[in-house]
Amino acid sequence: MTVGQSSTSLWRSWQLQRRVIFALLMREVLTRFGRHNIGFLWMFAEPMIFTLGITALWTISGATHGSDLPITVFALTGYSSVLLWRNMPARAISSIQPNLALMYHRNVKLLDIFIARLLLEGAGASMSFFILSLIFIYIGWVDPPEDILKVIAAWLLLAWFGMALAIFLGALSEQYELVEKFWHPTAYLLFPLSGAGFLLEILPEDARNALLYLPMLNCVEYLRDGYFGSRFTAYYSVPYVILCNSALSLLSLAKLREVSRTVIPK
Amino acid sequence: MIHVRDVCKSYPTRSGTKVVVRDVNFDVYPGEKLGVLGRNGAGKSTIIRLLSGVENPTRGVVDRQMSVSWPLAFGGAFQTALTGLDNLRFICRVYGVEPETKIPFVDEFSELGRYLREPVGTYSSGMLARLAFAISMTIEFDCFLIDEIIAVGDQRFHDKCHVELFERRADRAMIFVSHDIGYIQAHCQRAAVLHDSSFTMFDTVAEAYEFYLAQ
Repeated sequence: MTVGQSSTSLWRSWQLQRRVIFALLMREVLTRFGRHNIGFLWMFAEPMIFTLGITALWTISGATHGSDLPITVFALTGYSSVLLWRNMPARAISSIQPNLALMYHRNVKLLDIFIARLLLEGAGASMSFFILSLIFIYIGWVDPPEDILKVIAAWLLLAWFGMALAIFLGALSEQYELVEKFWHPTAYLLFPLSGAGFLLEILPEDARNALLYLPMLNCVEYLRDGYFGSRFTAYYSVPYVILCNSALSLLSLAKLREVSRTVIPK
Repeated sequence: MIHVRDVCKSYPTRSGTKVVVRDVNFDVYPGEKLGVLGRNGAGKSTIIRLLSGVENPTRGVVDRQMSVSWPLAFGGAFQTALTGLDNLRFICRVYGVEPETKIPFVDEFSELGRYLREPVGTYSSGMLARLAFAISMTIEFDCFLIDEIIAVGDQRFHDKCHVELFERRADRAMIFVSHDIGYIQAHCQRAAVLHDSSFTMFDTVAEAYEFYLAQ
């Protein structure tokens, strides 16, 4: 059997892509989590610890953030969302250079390396959100979501946003090292604005409309609308998020294409 | 067949564009053994990388009508934090080969024993060479690109490489890059010389060598 023909149909390309991404994914699991103690379970144990910590902190400090909602569901939806959109770019930035040896294999492209990394990051955040939801619902601290489809749609939109942003910043960081320096403070400053710690309904209309330019804020409101929509007024626009995500995806793929021409495998 | 047509490759440097090779034209036929000669820095490895598709030419076309290996250089293309076995698994998965079926061969060929389950970063250069060659032989290609194959390893390793390449895979095309003219003379029908960014193909290795020495 021989492999690696240069003339490839769309179907074969899809198979190839899946194969390469799976290989990268398995490798990523090993390089990141290894085989020590709980191994790849860290993938979602780590974000779970984060979310639990924030939930505990907000509960103790009685930070109700201007609403009479139970703090647990508020922290769960808010902080899980932050982990989703914030960790993906952090994982993608400066990730090209250490992976150049992989590109010795013609079929491994920059996009595959990014997708594998981001899938893993997204899966970790998603599993953490899912498991914590189940636990909290089981022990009765949180009511089951009112509209599960909305929750899923919001989560997927947010993951899409995080992924597009991550690929854009990841590609950009290959050209400008400053991206790495600026992303951490930027993400930190965006955190309080991202809706993790407040509901839009407590804000005056002007501030609300200004803040709704942030795609992740729309997603968090949408997510909470699905989770406990009957207890507050949610403000968001799904078409706006889709528009933003599409534009950002196009931009990130264009940037990646530009960068991949200049990258030389070691 | 591999058709290389009007290929140029240049890299941007601080002091302007550096042309590594220009106007390269040649074909690789199925089953033929081709040598590439050239001094250090003449662009031999660049030619191999262009053929493999790891890099794209600045201008021109490399048309691969057969499956072509990655550049089999010893030590390259490994993840040092992973074990030898994990590196094997990764490469098998990328090329769509079931990894578990290849472990016995790699284990036997590389003679690494329990080191196969240790991180590649802890290997000596000889161990690395054995692993790299063993893994290369787990994926079948119509054309193998071999960069400085005999730079490392002892006689026993060379003998085993010889069996795998020239006996078991005698029907495949191979392109060798080497400083060792004896090796190229023994195994190649044709050879090319890289000099001053130009790539000149000769019908016999002897002619190529004469040209190479005259530079």
